Amino acid sequence: MISSASRPQLAAKARLRRDRRTDRLMILYPEKGMELSPTAAEIVRLCTGENTVAEIVERLGASYTTADRATIEREVLDLLNALADRCLIEERS
Amino acid sequence: MTDEPRPYTLIAELTYRCPLRCVYCSNPLELDRHRRELDTETWLRVLAEAEELGVVQVSLTGGEPCVRGDLEDIVAGARRLDLYTNLATSGVPLPRARLERLREAGLDNVQISIQDVAADASDEIAGLVSFERKLEAARTAKQIGFPLTLNFVLHRGNLRRVAEIIALAESLDADRLELANSQYVGWALLNRAVLLPTREQLDEARRVAAAARERLKGRMEVLFVTPDYYAEFPKACMDGWGRRFILISPDGLVLPCHAAHTIPGISFENVRDRALGDVWRSSSSFARFRGEDWMAEPCRSCERRTVDFGGCRCQAFLLTGSAAVTDPVCSLSPHHGIIESARAEARAVTAAPLVYRTMKAGT
Repeated sequence: MISSASRPQLAAKARLRRDRRTDRLMILYPEKGMELSPTAAEIVRLCTGENTVAEIVERLGASYTTADRATIEREVLDLLNALADRCLIEERS
Repeated sequence: MTDEPRPYTLIAELTYRCPLRCVYCSNPLELDRHRRELDTETWLRVLAEAEELGVVQVSLTGGEPCVRGDLEDIVAGARRLDLYTNLATSGVPLPRARLERLREAGLDNVQISIQDVAADASDEIAGLVSFERKLEAARTAKQIGFPLTLNFVLHRGNLRRVAEIIALAESLDADRLELANSQYVGWALLNRAVLLPTREQLDEARRVAAAARERLKGRMEVLFVTPDYYAEFPKACMDGWGRRFILISPDGLVLPCHAAHTIPGISFENVRDRALGDVWRSSSSFARFRGEDWMAEPCRSCERRTVDFGGCRCQAFLLTGSAAVTDPVCSLSPHHGIIESARAEARAVTAAPLVYRTMKAGT
């Protein structure tokens, strides 16, 4: 379970690529690919294994002034846990 | 995603040669016709043309892709184009030095097929003493940092061992486990009487796999692929003909799937003669079963026609003699009795001789 203190990173089997047709970021993994929304892409790009989720939320908060912090954190955790369930994001050990 | 045809995945069948002789191999029966393999330079051109069309993934497969000496060059070429590369291998031959070179070339994922949880049963299906070498290749791949997919083809003989298969995959620290029931095309159709399970055997294995998927969530991805013969409706074979996939056969044929060239009456283009984009956009072969115009009833007026695209064209041909009819696995197909008879046969037949894959069919 990814929490506020976790340092998430892309799983070893996953790789990011910009799609030449849509210009969106894709997560590629064995036999599959997933196109990310611009917001999801921004979150996933910050999952370097260095940043904690709290720090990722801070960074996003700076660019989205309308949403309050708790809302952003909930959305970030929902996305990252959904990706973790699919083994695309993992906690840095 | 819009519904405009766009290839995301290139399946590169680098060779039909393989040291294994698996009784359910999905390669076509007449392998000997396709011996003249593409050279490195042509594969590199094909990769570039595929990337330009929108392809983001390449599956390097065969046959056994590791029998090609230029596999590293092809991987490196794909990597230069920023394509995600998966190597589908039997693990034989795949020594450590080769795995290290492939890692250096930028290979993203290693997928090793294993036939069963014990050497005797695995080797019997493969027609080659290979089980221990496969485990060794899997361990080495993990040691040098590759993500590892393990692929087990399921059939009547090993379905009851799904729990042990999962335990083996866990012990090898696999990232992903494919429990893929045999589909009855290619060599598997010849051996269907021996391989096809009963519904009870299948349901029990599915239950075990579902429990493991839940237990291993976040650690190991567990996939369970049902055999078409026990589905109520057909699968969306290749996500629809000429819609998301391009497959290149070892001798350069541009195909919508791995068995399309077994359908008579369709002339497939060769990458030696024509650019890939041209074939994708304007060949009669890719247009043949694209969209809905080719469909007859019951597909034509069925609301599932945009979900399953009428199922598998090759299966329709193999079972009915016509590739343009509804896949007989569909419960609405007028030919569905063929599937029901096969299921009944699975209850009756207890043993039959296995037919092993050879390069020359019928010899």
